[in-house]
Amino acid sequence: MARSKNPRAGKIGIQGRILGYLLRHVQNLLGALGGLCRQPLASLMTVSVIGIALSMPAGLHLMVENGRALSGGWESTLEWSVYLKPGVSERRAQALADELQGQPGIEKVTVITADQALEEFRTGSGFGEALELLTDNPLPNVLVVQPSADSESAGQTTRLADELKQLGDVDLVQLDTAWVQRFHAILDTVRRAVTLASAVLALGVLLIVGNTIRLDILNRRQEIEVAKLVGASDAFIRRPFLYLGLWYGVGGGILAVALVQLVGLLLREPVSRVAGLYGSDYRLLSLAADEAGLLLFAGAFLGWLGSWIAASRHLRDMDPEF
Amino acid sequence: MITLEHVSKRYPGGSEALSELSLGIEKGEMVFLTGHSGAGKSTLLKLLALIERPTRGQVIVNGQNTAKVSRRRIPAYRRKIGMVFQDHKLLLDRTVFDNVALPLVIAGMGRRETARRVRAAIDQVGLLSKEKLLPMALSTGEQQRVGIARAVVSKPELLIADEPTGNLDPELSLEIMNLFDRFNEVGVTLLIASHDIELVRRMGRRRIVLHEGRLQADSGADGQLHGTV
Repeated sequence: MARSKNPRAGKIGIQGRILGYLLRHVQNLLGALGGLCRQPLASLMTVSVIGIALSMPAGLHLMVENGRALSGGWESTLEWSVYLKPGVSERRAQALADELQGQPGIEKVTVITADQALEEFRTGSGFGEALELLTDNPLPNVLVVQPSADSESAGQTTRLADELKQLGDVDLVQLDTAWVQRFHAILDTVRRAVTLASAVLALGVLLIVGNTIRLDILNRRQEIEVAKLVGASDAFIRRPFLYLGLWYGVGGGILAVALVQLVGLLLREPVSRVAGLYGSDYRLLSLAADEAGLLLFAGAFLGWLGSWIAASRHLRDMDPEF
Repeated sequence: MITLEHVSKRYPGGSEALSELSLGIEKGEMVFLTGHSGAGKSTLLKLLALIERPTRGQVIVNGQNTAKVSRRRIPAYRRKIGMVFQDHKLLLDRTVFDNVALPLVIAGMGRRETARRVRAAIDQVGLLSKEKLLPMALSTGEQQRVGIARAVVSKPELLIADEPTGNLDPELSLEIMNLFDRFNEVGVTLLIASHDIELVRRMGRRRIVLHEGRLQADSGADGQLHGTV
């Protein structure tokens, strides 16, 4: 068996080998797809489980993104209500407003006089008749201070609030939109939870694919042993299983994208109705093209990795006998 | 082609399947390996196919010390050896053609060259008209011939067979042996394990007789045993 008599040597050039190698991969790729289609029900079950597992973190992610987009609109309306002491005159309030207007970190100062506030309260609250009974206006003059856009970090705005409190005429400084910050904190927590859930579900996908491939390998034990006997390398035997895993993952990814988009579509109508009731034209965000692509890629990668782990583990101890 | 030097094989917890076995087989020889079941015939073939490793001693195949063939290199090593099995080990869900093509597909041969060689091999065993059938549609003798076609399709210089006629009646057995004879005529070295002493005697080739893992007798090329059978 001298090397020159090797049936392969000399006959195929390097180009031919690369071409042949690619051709075999394409054959395996299509062969694995064909294998899936021959057992449509079993394949569909596996793909569904993967798809559902992938759609959950994707859906949660989208929920968080929607929350962020929604609160992004509120963030710009972050402002402080500065209640002046009772007895501080309207003129003094206006002077204070003019003084603050020029200071760094402050975008805009608006004065809401006690009379304006009372009028607003009368029409907006429904207590109009009760207010008729009051002899004088109990409301103070208020300055609405809007911090400039570049000083929106929590530390800076808090410092600004402290400074405002030091002013002699100021009674109370209140952040109207404190709940926006709380909402953001909650959103951050949820986002971290989504990341953790994604990791757990990715592990789940690995196990699902790994187990499916493991069963497939055990079913084809005889075939694998024969292939090993006639000189197949582990890589050769593993390849069709890797492509099978890849297809499972891609299928799961497609299903996940479809599921998320479907849920988005079903929610679009009710969400815009709710938004309409709040006087907003907010529209539900759906998966962007790059996010959908990422989901597909994640599915493909997890499918491939899961089958690689399973195949590497099980093919090794399938040594042939005769 | 094959050299064994003081080869012993002990299975874990068992007795020695081979002990201190030394023998040599020249290139182009056709040798029968006989002995009762349990004499170590299969173990010897497994050592040659690198399915097992010897506990002691050296196995040299075609100038290559098998102890130096790493696990990773085993597939390439096996591709140079044709193997025929008692239960033929065909893939039942693939056609005769696909079964025979398997070693060439594994070796990465081009489609056209593969088809040409597969047809030639199937023709050699006289089954050209049945290349599209599944193995279950064939008789036992025909199945074994498919197994042989698969073993020779990559033109190995060494062919080892483990009880290739174990499931066949005498007439079919002789047919298979004549097939091996023809391969030997074109230069293939053959080592055939068989307990069919009558058939082996009729072939008139070199016989190696194993008994309890030891060499009991080794005839010359004429097949005449000088030791005790």
